[in-house]
Amino acid sequence: MKKLIWGALLALAPLCADTIVIQNATVMTEGPKGIFKGSVVVRDGKIVDLGEKVMVPAGATVIEAGGQYLIPGIIDCHSHIAGSGNINEGSVSVSSMVNIKDIINPDDIAIYRALAGGVTTANILHGSANSIGGQTLPLKMRWGKSAQELIFAGATPGIKFALGENPKRAGNPQGGRGGITGVPTARYPATRMGVEDVIREAFNDAKAYKAEWDAYDAKVAKGEHPIPPRTDLKLQALKEVLENKRYVHVHCYRADEILMMIRAADDNGFKVRTFQHVLEGYKVAKEIAEHGAGASTFSDWWAFKIEAIDAIPFNAALMTKKGVVVSLNSDDAELMRHLNTEAGKAMKYGGMNETEALAMVTINPAKQLGIDKTVGSIEVGKDADLVLYDGFPMSDFAKVQKVWIDGAQYFDRDKEVAAQAAKDAEKQQLLDKEKAAQRQQSTRRPNQ
Amino acid sequence: MRLLGLLMVSAMAAFAAGEVILIQNADIYPMTGAPLKGGSLLIQDGKIVDIGAKLTAPKGATVLEGKGLRVYPGWIDSGTELGLEEIGSIRETNDTGEIGDFVPQLKALSAVNPDSEHFGVVRVNGITTAIALPGGGGRGGGGSQIIAGQAALLHTDGWTWEEMEINRSAAMVLNFPSAAGRGGRGGMPDFPGMGPDAGGADARRAVLDQIAKLNAFFDDARKYKTAKAANLPDFHKDLKFEAMLPVIDGKMPLAVNASRAAAIHDAIAWSEKQNVKIVFLQPREVAKAGPELKAKNIPVILGRVLALPENEDAEYDEGYTQPLAAYKAGVKFALGTFTNEFVRDLPYQAATAVAYGLPHDEAMKALTINPAQIWGAGDLIGSLEKGKLADLMIVDGDPMDVRTLIRHLFIKGKEITLSNKQIRLYERYMSRQ
Repeated sequence: MKKLIWGALLALAPLCADTIVIQNATVMTEGPKGIFKGSVVVRDGKIVDLGEKVMVPAGATVIEAGGQYLIPGIIDCHSHIAGSGNINEGSVSVSSMVNIKDIINPDDIAIYRALAGGVTTANILHGSANSIGGQTLPLKMRWGKSAQELIFAGATPGIKFALGENPKRAGNPQGGRGGITGVPTARYPATRMGVEDVIREAFNDAKAYKAEWDAYDAKVAKGEHPIPPRTDLKLQALKEVLENKRYVHVHCYRADEILMMIRAADDNGFKVRTFQHVLEGYKVAKEIAEHGAGASTFSDWWAFKIEAIDAIPFNAALMTKKGVVVSLNSDDAELMRHLNTEAGKAMKYGGMNETEALAMVTINPAKQLGIDKTVGSIEVGKDADLVLYDGFPMSDFAKVQKVWIDGAQYFDRDKEVAAQAAKDAEKQQLLDKEKAAQRQQSTRRPNQ
Repeated sequence: MRLLGLLMVSAMAAFAAGEVILIQNADIYPMTGAPLKGGSLLIQDGKIVDIGAKLTAPKGATVLEGKGLRVYPGWIDSGTELGLEEIGSIRETNDTGEIGDFVPQLKALSAVNPDSEHFGVVRVNGITTAIALPGGGGRGGGGSQIIAGQAALLHTDGWTWEEMEINRSAAMVLNFPSAAGRGGRGGMPDFPGMGPDAGGADARRAVLDQIAKLNAFFDDARKYKTAKAANLPDFHKDLKFEAMLPVIDGKMPLAVNASRAAAIHDAIAWSEKQNVKIVFLQPREVAKAGPELKAKNIPVILGRVLALPENEDAEYDEGYTQPLAAYKAGVKFALGTFTNEFVRDLPYQAATAVAYGLPHDEAMKALTINPAQIWGAGDLIGSLEKGKLADLMIVDGDPMDVRTLIRHLFIKGKEITLSNKQIRLYERYMSRQ
């Protein structure tokens, strides 16, 4: 009988879980409702209501936030987690045919750790060995789901470009630190001049390729039956850039190369969607704003290499003040876990207010990735990607308590802590078993 | 703009060294006692000469109104490469790791570049003192030393490294041989032919070989001491062994890089046999090693709190809870950032430990009085007490909170202009039309 009741309860549970009310939270919406104390109602994975007073639907699961802070899920505009193996296809300087989509590893523990740091969406990119790198896409941190299920549905895909030291390092006959293999094979380009040329040559080809296809498409539209041009997977991705169907995310550091990229894009008729790292973006903030590109930077990393020597922690604030949409990214599985406090640094360095600062890890990266219609703020109709912090979310004194993606809870600090003893015990059991097995083996084969 | 405005005000108010300064009506947090609300603190000749509820300003003193502000001792970062490394990836700017297995005669202090931009960058965040470590595994050429040289305890301000010095021989750096790798980021093995990939038996042999070499070196140092005492006519001064004398006499601690509990245990056993004082750098398995560290009264310098767990199956908050683990075990600890670009984030690293359970006061101590005592400068720095150096910051909130701004900073009683290259670039490019 007892079992039957349990079964009935379990069967009911998912139904109830479809509607959640998070109440008595300090809600930092990053949307029109600003910051308020009240509730957020989630149904079928979407935010359906929010405000100081809301109707609690019958059967809803009510979560008492007790004054804790609720923010939109954090979005990392630049990450390399969840990939299988090397993500640097450094053998060629234009590798636009390769795609992150093909190497998603849903079992990467970094996904769970990012989740525990409040990240719900991350833009996954290739490395920076090539002037024109591979195809990128945003993932949701749906830990436990398959590779396909991590993909952010409907997001415009991207492509990574890289300027400066990294793409030219492969061209250094000495290989250089962090060279792909250490094998001294020179690969064009070896200078910033060459990097510009590689990009311009590639688009020269891509425009010719596009013209062939446009001519073919025009004939088809007229009812003719021409022979189609040969498909070129490398140029296909660049054709999509020219058609504004693929976003260009450019790894860069120095002001000169940022300006070069803007002019190369202008000359070839495409837009840079975001400049990534962009540590000297503050020097050419005007030009970045005029081009309409976003900037996704580090808060205070500097001096790790020569092109990072003029980095300033005021970069994010300064570019914001000059009209650029700015986000703060991690590029690193560790930093990714506390982007909230990276945003806090924008308050310290440059005096952003809390809404402007939090925007840099929520709505601004959503805008940069073109996914702001569905995520990035707490608004009716958006995905219920939410993070609950036990204190002011941009202070290091706060920690993540709960994380929801599409209304489903993916992280719970209390459960995590409660489960730890059992996990430790299980690990010990496995270790003991392994040891016992080893002992058995060694007694069987003493001379092995 | 908020910060800049304040900076300009404080720049204009910058006092010359040697001046008498009275800070009044401020909340004074001495670290070694209860906070004094609305108190005064008097600075003279670079030192704190008095602290009291209401001190009267001596004649000619500059009065600094501290209403609504708080006074704390400056931060101490117990593991940096400040002044020794400018740009991580460029060998020419890196003087951390020398060639050779045993180089105790090397002193970090005299390779410290006082004009390094890093000093200006970390100062404005309240870092007044740091340990500069030789042999930090950098790209200075070496990196495989066993004894890497002498760590310097220094102020982050001064015209020369002599002026910056607190103690040029604060500790002797020892990379304790271990198959599980020494301390550091991820505790990766730094000795060739060692580490998990090298194969158990080979690795163990390599470790034993290194330890034998280390013991032989200590034996030789002791023989040298005896020979020196005997004052024989053919005695030749040896700079390496000369540098070892304070170590074998127990006057200079060894700062020991050891990561895993097993390595920590081995290093402790070894130190007892050698009868030397030790401090651990970047131990990872603090919880496991805790009871022994506590029993032997050995302090530790914890590495970055914001660090990834070492193993895939470790708790996600392993790094965040490490200071709590040390505290629970009763182990005396301080914090180090161990990479120049993270030094300015030292207070935020500590704040993360507070978020994950470390008492606030303990986090504060780990950045002030604990390191001062661990590095043998407890009578000079690390707290606001009469007679100590006036290394202090005046702030407008909790000093570990990222939103808090530093209004005034003093090092040895001299007010530090809160500017640096980065602030100058900010001002310059803000003005670009």
